Amino acid sequence: MNAPMNQSDGELERAPVREPYRAGEEPLVRARRLSKRYGKGDGLVRAVDEVDLEVAAGEAVAVMGPSGCGKSTLLHLLGGLDRPSDGELWLGDRRIDQLSERKLAEMRRHDVGFVFQAFHLMDELTAQENVELPALLAGRSPRQARRRARALLEEVGLADRARHLPCALSGGQRQRVAIARALANEPRLVLADEPTGNLDSTATLEVLRLFERLHARGLTLVIVTHDERIAATADRLVSMRDGAFVDEMPLVGGTRGRLADLVGLGG
Amino acid sequence: MGRARLVCRLAAKDLRHHRAEAALLLLAIVAATATLTVGLALHGVTSNPYAATRADTKGPDVVAVEMARPGGPSQLTALEHARGVTGYSGPYLLAFPTSLEADGHSDPVMAEGRATAAAPVDQPKLVSGRWVGHGGVVVERSLADLLGLKVGESVRLGNDGTYGTPAGPGSMRRFEVVGIAVTAALQPSSVATYMHPTGFPEPGLVWVTRSAAAELARVDGGPFAYTLNLKLADAAAAPAFVTAHETNVVSLTSWQSMSARAGYIVSVEREILLTASWLLGLLALASVALLVGGRMEQRTRRVGLLKAVGATPKLVTSVLLGEQLALALAAAALGLVIGWLASPLFTNPGASLVGAPGSPALDVSTIAIVIAAAVAIALVATFVPAIRAARRSTVRALADAPRQPRRGRLSIAVSSRLPVPLLLGMRIASRRRRRALLSATSIAITVGALVAVLMFREQTHFVETAGGLYRFGGPGDPLWERAATVMLVFTVALVALALVNAIFVTWATVQDARHAMALDRALGSSPEQVTLAVVAAQLLSALPGAFAGVPMGIALYIVAGRHTPSAPSPLSLVAVVLLTLVAVAALTAIPARIGARQSVAEVLRAETA
Repeated sequence: MNAPMNQSDGELERAPVREPYRAGEEPLVRARRLSKRYGKGDGLVRAVDEVDLEVAAGEAVAVMGPSGCGKSTLLHLLGGLDRPSDGELWLGDRRIDQLSERKLAEMRRHDVGFVFQAFHLMDELTAQENVELPALLAGRSPRQARRRARALLEEVGLADRARHLPCALSGGQRQRVAIARALANEPRLVLADEPTGNLDSTATLEVLRLFERLHARGLTLVIVTHDERIAATADRLVSMRDGAFVDEMPLVGGTRGRLADLVGLGG
Repeated sequence: MGRARLVCRLAAKDLRHHRAEAALLLLAIVAATATLTVGLALHGVTSNPYAATRADTKGPDVVAVEMARPGGPSQLTALEHARGVTGYSGPYLLAFPTSLEADGHSDPVMAEGRATAAAPVDQPKLVSGRWVGHGGVVVERSLADLLGLKVGESVRLGNDGTYGTPAGPGSMRRFEVVGIAVTAALQPSSVATYMHPTGFPEPGLVWVTRSAAAELARVDGGPFAYTLNLKLADAAAAPAFVTAHETNVVSLTSWQSMSARAGYIVSVEREILLTASWLLGLLALASVALLVGGRMEQRTRRVGLLKAVGATPKLVTSVLLGEQLALALAAAALGLVIGWLASPLFTNPGASLVGAPGSPALDVSTIAIVIAAAVAIALVATFVPAIRAARRSTVRALADAPRQPRRGRLSIAVSSRLPVPLLLGMRIASRRRRRALLSATSIAITVGALVAVLMFREQTHFVETAGGLYRFGGPGDPLWERAATVMLVFTVALVALALVNAIFVTWATVQDARHAMALDRALGSSPEQVTLAVVAAQLLSALPGAFAGVPMGIALYIVAGRHTPSAPSPLSLVAVVLLTLVAVAALTAIPARIGARQSVAEVLRAETA
């Protein structure tokens, strides 16, 4: 499932892990009538309401919608952080909506990387130790984990901040550490929940460039956002309202390469 | 005035709003204050009744005993006219070992043959019934209490073959309990020791007529004794009189020794209780510190709100300290009442060996000490967190930002090489070192106390008292039994408090590590790994505590009891440590499991909000 770690150490810039996405690829994520409901009777909330979704390997999908429309819940369902009330969910050829907590944990450990709006770094761990953690949890040796973390921090441009605690980093740097952490176990799927929601424009650009590079290397991305400029960097845009998909639009030709223009920071 | 009222109102509202936590705090301090009250109240409980009984019964200054054969005492009568003697009664025949059979049970007694008329020295005071007469026996009150004997009941006295020569036909005679009395003239320990080489169980005392005593001595078939009660011109000089006149044949005991001996039971209890109360006090301090620390963490936003609407750090500190002070005073009052009500349980029937124990003293100094201890426990535990909460930035407090966890560089480095549960557990433990230290202290105190109790139960030892060397220990020994009861009560209180501590520490740890645990799960840790991590975190602090508790318990036993112990069984020490760790693991696993089952998404969302 995962490439041996030492193959990718220090090679991230030069050797893409996967081929970039092309339309018609086999789906990596498949959701059928996926639902998440809370409460009962009059208090019933349909956070995610019978959603059908396919995300091909290497594809970048942006999910947009107003606050409370169910975007984050959908992301949590896709990553196995939450269980659906109904429907089917597949990651590759494995159905995951009925997996035990332990199996879901294993899946998250090896196949999924999360990037959160609030970064969710461990305050008492340095940037490098934060990035090492998923590898250690996956049973890698401390040496392998350290080497991998260093390579990833270099990849996200934070090699010189490896020994800094999160409190000594800017918002953009913290998010880049969080992205490096999400990549620690070479996941097949990266789920990002409002990854630039807490960042200023400069930091947003840094993070978007990073996502763009990852996408160019063929990483499968699902990004929840309500920022149209960020959504424009994806291969496909899905709009949500009241828990359901209301629109879906392929972004043919990609807007990649014109990122700075899009976010209004070109120059 | 308005400010004080505001502080009281805010404190009262907060206490009402968090009743369960307030109840736990109250419980922790009550356990310590109640034990302290009992320990302090027992002070003087024996000396007063003995003095009163001695006065009421014209108690002797010296009791002399001579082992003899039929024909009468050979040397005892010489003491009747010794220098300094102003009065005497006796010699009385003391038949032993005699069996007293009641309700199918047989107990050893000494039967003293007395005239029907009152003696000039040692007039046992009847608490019910009448004095000895034909076919009647008067039973010393503690023995009557122990056997549940009442006036009018029938008993059998004589030789049933248990303690002396083989029983023959007609060895047991029926007597009616005609009276129950107390005396200050305790028989010298040498009699009891002679009767039972182990020294215990100490035989009870009964009075019968002279002829009945002679008959009992005959059927017992063994040695017997004569006892002589002496009154001296200078009662204070009794120990010197004893030294001057004791021989190989005649054994003498001063009233001072008898007083000390009578008080020994309660003095042992008092010693245990005072030690226990200090230990419980320490444990209560740890509990309160943990509880208060946890409470303060939860009050962050409230502190922020108070400061945002204009409360000064001083007012905030006053509110927080006021809450704890109110609880401490309530706990002191409850502890005093519970301790005062419980004290007679520890003084009866032992002290009735020599008279009515009376109500334990609950004087002003006891009340002041208990209140001061409760207030000190609450304030010492509260002061630092209260100041820290009051000084926290208002903006941070309003955001309810948790305190930054500590970074344990070494533990992070070491834990990287460990299996996942230990890796996470070590990091959880190192995030909150003060809590881990308090938890370890709590475990050390508990294990220390358990080890001391265990050593007490396992060992027979010699105790030096004013009356000589006592062999003390083993089931059947009344002193041992009563001390064991006291220890049991103390152990139950201690273990209960330790359980409260352990549950709270775990709960606080789980609450505190909620975000880290959720994040670990998001990164791929299973709920089982996270549960084990919390258990491991607790065990990491419990382990050094448990190991430190063993030498602490041994030292406590030696220092508090001033005894020289033989080596405790290593197996039992290992068992105590292991059982403690298992208990901690079991107690931790439940809240840890609950914490690990919380939705990761919800926790992360809540932390973000």
